[in-house]
Amino acid sequence: MLVLGIETSCDETAASVVSDGREILSNLVLSQLEEHAPYGGVVPEIAARAHLDHLDGLVGRALAEAGIDLGDLDGVAATGGPGLIGGVLVGVMTAKAIASVRRLPFVAVNHLEAHALTARLTDPELRFPYLLLLVSGGHCQLLAVEGVGRYRRLGTTIDDAAGEAFDKAAKLMGLGYPGGPALERAAQGGDPARFDLPRPMKGRPGCDFSFSGLKTAVRLAVDSLPAPLSDADRSDLAASFQQAVADSLADRCKRAIAAFRAEHPDGTALVVAGGVAANAAIRQRLRLLAERAGLRFVAPPLRLCTDNAAMVAWAGVERLRAGSADGLDFAPRPRWPLDPAARPARGAGVKA
Amino acid sequence: MPTAASTPPIDLPDEDATRALATRLAPRLRQGDLVALRGDLGAGKTAFARALIRALTDPEEEVPSPTFTLVQTYDAPSGTIWHFDLYRLAGPEEVLELGWDEAAGGIALVEWPERLGRMLPPDRLELELAVTGPGSRRAVLAGGPSWAGRLAGLEGRS
Repeated sequence: MLVLGIETSCDETAASVVSDGREILSNLVLSQLEEHAPYGGVVPEIAARAHLDHLDGLVGRALAEAGIDLGDLDGVAATGGPGLIGGVLVGVMTAKAIASVRRLPFVAVNHLEAHALTARLTDPELRFPYLLLLVSGGHCQLLAVEGVGRYRRLGTTIDDAAGEAFDKAAKLMGLGYPGGPALERAAQGGDPARFDLPRPMKGRPGCDFSFSGLKTAVRLAVDSLPAPLSDADRSDLAASFQQAVADSLADRCKRAIAAFRAEHPDGTALVVAGGVAANAAIRQRLRLLAERAGLRFVAPPLRLCTDNAAMVAWAGVERLRAGSADGLDFAPRPRWPLDPAARPARGAGVKA
Repeated sequence: MPTAASTPPIDLPDEDATRALATRLAPRLRQGDLVALRGDLGAGKTAFARALIRALTDPEEEVPSPTFTLVQTYDAPSGTIWHFDLYRLAGPEEVLELGWDEAAGGIALVEWPERLGRMLPPDRLELELAVTGPGSRRAVLAGGPSWAGRLAGLEGRS
């Protein structure tokens, strides 16, 4: 089975072809193509028009790289939300048009579902149920992944996402964008104990996250230091910040593992997805946590953790195998919680 | 912006005081209003918007940071609330793709309004937040023509 995947729900225009045999035949992300290198690899596609300008060409290239044409496809999947309505509309309409002309099944994929299932594309051994920590610039959630289409949210951020906290802390410290890699580099050799930053939510019941207060604490620390920041101050502050995020994530994950285990004694793994999983210190912390709890630690490669279309194509494969295609009357959903039954995070807000 | 109403600097010793100010402002908002939220990173723009949205919807309404989604909408009895974070916009015209024209009929809360350039409407409420300590802030509000009389007594008793 070959499925074309399309992702346009946020900053990236992406297209990919994936097989049910877990082969990624092509996986193109516009901002990562060489001709965009002059922009430093960061080309936010906020405007729907930009997605529209590039998507047809990108789909053509994804098919060509896979060595197939539209006639070889068994299905078309596109991110149907959550995300910016204009961008989602472009991807969904393109996918519907292809599906309609070639009489193929169409799958509208929830962007979060695509992240949740990616680990099954790269790890054939991974079985349901597993616990997923999704930590990216736009999301910070803990999900029990019980099966295709069956997700339970155990926790979410009540304000900022973890990746957003990295970006904003990096900006406050005068580091570059994207903030995650820049901050991790600055933290090398720094003293993580020098600044007494808060561990948001640590010890509190539940599995929700909060990072806004940590951002403000970084700001006050920067204000208390001589300007411009010396390399040593910056390095210590970056290390202290990274440690605080790792502590907070580990505390919340520990609680989530207990809750997950109570409901699913047969639970198999802790899966970490999202750009923040690229941070070595955080990854190591979570790996230890999983191993101590007797869970496998699974982290898909970074190029499949950040926004991409292979994950959408793969979710399309999983959905088609489960017999759950969508009608061509599907309407894009700017808001689309994976677990509609999730209780609101108390006293706070929720991503997607 | 022609200023028709303003407040003296309002000292907000803690987050509760910030929330209380947002709660006092909420019933004074009406459809068609735009609130420009200014202040540095970490000044509390989103926290203020969250308190405002909760006062207009539900005390437990989920209000995530709109930094990556750029805009979040909320249905309130007084109309639709549009919460924008324009930090990531490359140009003012991009806001049109975020439903800007539609938002003009509701209540718009705008973080990083400087990204709008000349598209920022002259009749609006300006709110500036400054950090004065770990949990404390100072707020100053100033409104355009349609705000005449609507800020009276907002500073409360403190």
